Amino acid sequence: MAYNRKDLLNIRDLTPEEIEHILELAVSLREINERPIKKVPTLRGKTIIHLFYEPSTRTKMSFDIAAKRLGADTYSISTSTSSMVKGETFLDTVKNLEAMKPDVFVIRHSVSGVPQRIAALTSASVVNAGDGTHEHPTQALLDMLTIKDFKGTLKGLNITIVGDILHSRVAKSNMWGLTKMESEVTLCGPPTLVPREFATVPGVSISYDLQKAIQNADVLMVLRIQRERQKQSFFPSLREYARLYGVTPEKLKNAKDSLLIMHPGPINRGVELDPAVADGPRSVILDQVSNGVAVRMAVLYILAQRSYSQENNGGEPL
Amino acid sequence: MKTGNIVSKLYDSKKISIYMKNIRVIDPVRSLDRVMDVQVSDGVFKLINDNQEIGVTSCIKELDCSGLWLIPGLVDMHVHLREPGEEYKETIETGSQAAVAGGVVAVAAMPNTTPPNDTETVTRFILDRAKACASCYVFPVAAITKGLNGQQLTDMGNLVEAGAIAFSDDGNPVMDSTLMRRALEYSKIFGVPIISHCEDKMLSADGVMNEGKVSYELGLRGIPRIAEQIMVSRDIALAKYTGARVHIAHVSTKESVDLIRKAKTEGLNVTAETTPHYFSLTEEKVYSYDARYKVNPPLRTQQDINVILEGLHDGTIDAIATDHAPHSFLEKDIEFDFAAFGMIGLETSLAVSLELTRKGILSPAELIAKMSTNPAKILNIPFGFLENNGYASFAVIDPEEEWVVNNDDFYSKGVNCPFEGQVLKGRVKFTVINGRVVFAREEYSWLAK
Repeated sequence: MAYNRKDLLNIRDLTPEEIEHILELAVSLREINERPIKKVPTLRGKTIIHLFYEPSTRTKMSFDIAAKRLGADTYSISTSTSSMVKGETFLDTVKNLEAMKPDVFVIRHSVSGVPQRIAALTSASVVNAGDGTHEHPTQALLDMLTIKDFKGTLKGLNITIVGDILHSRVAKSNMWGLTKMESEVTLCGPPTLVPREFATVPGVSISYDLQKAIQNADVLMVLRIQRERQKQSFFPSLREYARLYGVTPEKLKNAKDSLLIMHPGPINRGVELDPAVADGPRSVILDQVSNGVAVRMAVLYILAQRSYSQENNGGEPL
Repeated sequence: MKTGNIVSKLYDSKKISIYMKNIRVIDPVRSLDRVMDVQVSDGVFKLINDNQEIGVTSCIKELDCSGLWLIPGLVDMHVHLREPGEEYKETIETGSQAAVAGGVVAVAAMPNTTPPNDTETVTRFILDRAKACASCYVFPVAAITKGLNGQQLTDMGNLVEAGAIAFSDDGNPVMDSTLMRRALEYSKIFGVPIISHCEDKMLSADGVMNEGKVSYELGLRGIPRIAEQIMVSRDIALAKYTGARVHIAHVSTKESVDLIRKAKTEGLNVTAETTPHYFSLTEEKVYSYDARYKVNPPLRTQQDINVILEGLHDGTIDAIATDHAPHSFLEKDIEFDFAAFGMIGLETSLAVSLELTRKGILSPAELIAKMSTNPAKILNIPFGFLENNGYASFAVIDPEEEWVVNNDDFYSKGVNCPFEGQVLKGRVKFTVINGRVVFAREEYSWLAK
C-alpha cells in the first residue's frame, strides 16, 4: 500500500508517491459524488469523530459529507475552549473519546501541533483539519488535485502564493506539497508576512512584488488576509495592503491567459481578491470546494480502512 | 521518588564518619585533582592524603572508592522553588531534596513566587521554611522591583538585611532602562549582584520558541535571538556607564557570548551563567510539539551551542546553573501555545555537564569550579569549598555510571524534565553538608543510618 501512516498530520513529511496515491484515489472516488444516490458502504461501521476546536463551516461540512458518502458514522464536537473551562485539558477529552473506540479523529485546532500531540496518544487515526498556523494538509491536497485537473500535471509549473504566508497553514502545506511534486513556488507578500527562511526550501523563491510574481505564473493562490494583522503592524492598513497585494484585473494584465486563480476561502472580496477576479473566468475556487470532498473521501478511506494495531503509535510520552 | 535512597533535612541528618580509599579528589580552590585516601570523622576532614600507609581509626568504616570523585558540594545560582504560592509545583522541601540528589548544597531561589519575594516578610518566610524542612542551604534572591512589575525599586537594604543575596526580576526583565540603571547603581551600597534575565519583551512578545526556520515550519510564534542580544548589550552598557556589576542569567545565544566576552576584555564587572539545556539541546526538539521543550529563553541552534561551549571553555561564561523551573502536568500537558515555560534540572545538571569533560571542553576541575566555586563567588556566599563552617561539604559521584532518566524517580515535583528517557552518564552517590549526610543513594544508605 502506498500510504502506510496511521495519520495525516502534515504534507511536509509525505513522499511524492504518497501524495500521488491520495490524489489518484480521490479521482476514482470522485465519481460517487456525481451519482443520484451518493453513498457507498465502504466505511460502514466505522466511527469518525470531528473534533473542531476552532470555528469552521466548509472544512467541517466537507469532511462530514465525505465520511457519510463512504457510509461511516460521524459525530462532531465543536468547542472553542469548553473543555479547558471545565478544568479538563484536550488530552483528557481525547482520552475519554478514545475510550469510545473511534476509528478516525478529524481535528481542527487554533493552536499548532495539537493534532500531532493527539495522534501520539491515540491508536485511532488522526486527520489534521488545520492546526494553528502550522498546516492544513487536506486543503493542499485538494488544491493540488484542482491544479492537476486543469494543468494535467503538477510538475514544472510556476505557482505563486500571495498573502500572509507567515500565518497561513494553507500556504505552508501547499509550499511543501507543490515543491515535492517538482513545481516552482513563489511566495509573495509584504516582508513582514513572508519568512525569509523559506527561501532555503528547494524550489521556493520569495518576491515582494506581486506584478513580477504573476508574470510567469501558471497558478496564483490568493490567501485570506486577517484584519487583526493590521493591529500587529504587519502592514499599515487594509487599503494599502489591497493596493499592493490585492489581486485585481489590472494586475493580471501581463499574466498568462491560462493562469488559474485559487483561494481557500472565505474571501475578503475587494481586499485580497477583486470580485471581478474571484468570479471571473480564471477562477477555479468552486472546483476547489468540490475537490475538497473527493480528497477527504480518499483520506478517510485510506485511514479508516487500515487495520492498525495498538503498538504502532510509538507510545511516546506526553 | 526512588525508594531505598535516603534524603534528610539539613539540620537533623547524621554526621558522616568514613574512610574513603583511592578517591579522586577534585578541588578547584586548592587546584587539586588527585587520587588519594580521605578520612572524615564525625563530619570533619581528618585526613586528606595519598599516603596509604596512614592507618585507619578502627571504628570507622572503610570504603574502596576507586573510580569515584569527591567534589565540593555544588552551588546552583538559579532555581525556582515555587514556595510560597505554587506548592503544587515544588516546595522548598522537595526542591532542596532534588538539589542534594544532584550534588547541590546551596541554591539561590528566584523571587517569582506568589507573592513575589519583594519584602523582608517573604525573604524571612523562605529562610524559615528552609531551616524547618530543607535538605540544603537556600539563599533567597529578592525582586529588583516591587511586584516584579518593573516600576519601583524594592527596599533593597531591608531585603539584604533579611537575607537576600542578590536581586533579579527573573522572567520579567526590567524593560525601563533608567530603572535598571538605578537598580545597578543602588545595589553598589550592598555589593550584591543584580541578575539580569535579558529579554526585550516587546520583541519576544508572545513567542513560544526560537524564531527561525523551525518556528515557521511548525507554525509556532518565534522569540527572536535579538530579544536577548539587545538586552545583554543594554545591560553591559549600563554596567559600564554606572561601574556597577551585573550578572547575565541563562545565556542562550552566540551573540550574547560574544558581547560578554568583549565586555570582559574591557575589564567590566560582568559575569554570566548558562544552563545544561542551552549547551545540550536544540530547537529541533520542538518538532515533537512537546511542551517539555518550551523554555525561556528558548532552545536555540547547534551554532549557538558551539559558541556557548567556546564561551565555557575560554571563561567567558563563569557558571553553570539550572534555571530549575518545575511545573505540573497542568502547565505542561497542554497546547504548546498555552503551556508554561521552564524545565527542571537539579537532578540531571551534573550528569549532563560532565559531558563537557568528556568532550574536552573543560577539565574536571574547571567544570566543578563553574558549578560550585564560581557561582559562590558571584553570590558572595561561603561555598565552593570542601568545607563549610569547619565541616566537610562535598558530594561523591561516579562519573561513569550510566542511568536512564525517569522523571517519576525524581525528588522534584516537576514533571518537565527535557532529558526524560535519555541515558546520562555520571551520578551522585551521596552528598554531605556541614558534615552531615543529606543524601545517599540506595547502596550508600547505610551512611545516613
